[in-house]
Amino acid sequence: MTWTRKDLLTLSELSAEEISFILDTAAEFKGVGKRRLKKVPSLRGKTLVNLFVEASTRTRTSFELAAVRLSADVVNITATTSSLAKGESLKDTAKNLEALAADLIVLRHSAAGAPQFLAERLHAGVINAGDGSHEHPTQGLLDVFTMREHLGSIAGLKVGIVGDIRFSRVARSNIWALQKLGAEVVLIGPPTLVPREFERVGARISHDLDEVLGELDVVNLLRIQHERQKAGYFPGTGEYAALFGLSAARAEKLKPGALVMHPGPIHRGVELDGSVADGPHSVILDQVTNGLAVRMAVLYLCASVPPEDIS
Amino acid sequence: MSNADSRQIVDAAGVAEAVAKLAGILSAALRNRGSVFLAGVPTRGVTLAARLQKALELAGMQVACGAVDISMHRDDLGLRSGVQPLRGTELPLDLENWSIVIVDDVQQTGRTARAAMEAVLAFGRPKRIFYAVLADRGGRELPVRPDFTALELPVPTQARLRVRLAENDGGEEGIFQS
Repeated sequence: MTWTRKDLLTLSELSAEEISFILDTAAEFKGVGKRRLKKVPSLRGKTLVNLFVEASTRTRTSFELAAVRLSADVVNITATTSSLAKGESLKDTAKNLEALAADLIVLRHSAAGAPQFLAERLHAGVINAGDGSHEHPTQGLLDVFTMREHLGSIAGLKVGIVGDIRFSRVARSNIWALQKLGAEVVLIGPPTLVPREFERVGARISHDLDEVLGELDVVNLLRIQHERQKAGYFPGTGEYAALFGLSAARAEKLKPGALVMHPGPIHRGVELDGSVADGPHSVILDQVTNGLAVRMAVLYLCASVPPEDIS
Repeated sequence: MSNADSRQIVDAAGVAEAVAKLAGILSAALRNRGSVFLAGVPTRGVTLAARLQKALELAGMQVACGAVDISMHRDDLGLRSGVQPLRGTELPLDLENWSIVIVDDVQQTGRTARAAMEAVLAFGRPKRIFYAVLADRGGRELPVRPDFTALELPVPTQARLRVRLAENDGGEEGIFQS
């Protein structure tokens, strides 16, 4: 297979082969973190701009560390410190970055499609670090990477995603990656947050966690956002936890070897109990470690494409 | 060979002889020099390292063998088409106690040797690094020369030289020029 993408915008547009190629590359980059020198010179002389128009700490830090470990130079720009706050358009900001010879732009934006918009207009590679409720491809990749690492293969797995599916870019990227690699996806949560439309993409829907929990190989718990509660999608965190939280008692029903995942930051006592987050099923911190390896792989591959090969 | 212009310049027996010759050179130079590790550069360097290990074993010299992937240390990322899948690196954990012999099939520019040395050094500080190649074709772009060479095969810079080994390529072994 030949990698020909300068950008990583969505997982929905990638083939299973491309996803596996990224995961295989990430497995090698994970080894770099165990070396005496945790740094390789692959992106020496290249400049990466972390353009975070929407707040994020862990994703930005992960991308920054990934770039540093590849020897790139990194500039961080956040919405509040940039000219975006002064009304400059996204396109003008990006054009300015390109005029400074940025090679890669990592974009987090509240508008779905913003990374695509930039990618079509710039020579620099654009990596989507989360766009609205659309996609968060590197999160989807690190989730399947973690599942593959622990369970061997994605094909045939039954993966439950619990919580705010409606507004979740993490859920969408997970659904695409898992389905392409042959897993069955079960979406679990209240009807307000898990609309029936998702059946159309081939996912199974359940509004009862207890009913399906014992079948699952992986339970991926999404963060519950308080804004949704204010907007009336669920009555309160107490009721949410009672129905959809992975309590210690509920975790007893997990299959032996089943994985508990969460993209972070976790709310102990809401999406899951503290004892479950720290318990034997939890791979939540592995996800953080793997995120770094996956982002190194993505930056490496997108930077590897010569201009004449860009598809 | 798919390329009609390709001609065999070393036959299968010649490849076997060259491997035996290289093993002899290594044995003479490195016997009683402490722990020796043959680190092959993927793909054919890894195969050659395994063959050399076997030959040295028959000659009564124990060496370990593994691989050093140079992909992350190349100096041409984004300049050439078709990034290769990354291959594993397998080196001893206590690198400071070993002499490392980087093994490759053909040396030309010296860029692979430069990247392989840097890759090894990222893992630690070996006692020494040596460089062994089956064939030296000339055409250096960096001041790096092999310590151990079985064959000198000077060919023009624009010519393509390919080593075919049964484990990697199947079919008839040999060195082919096109």
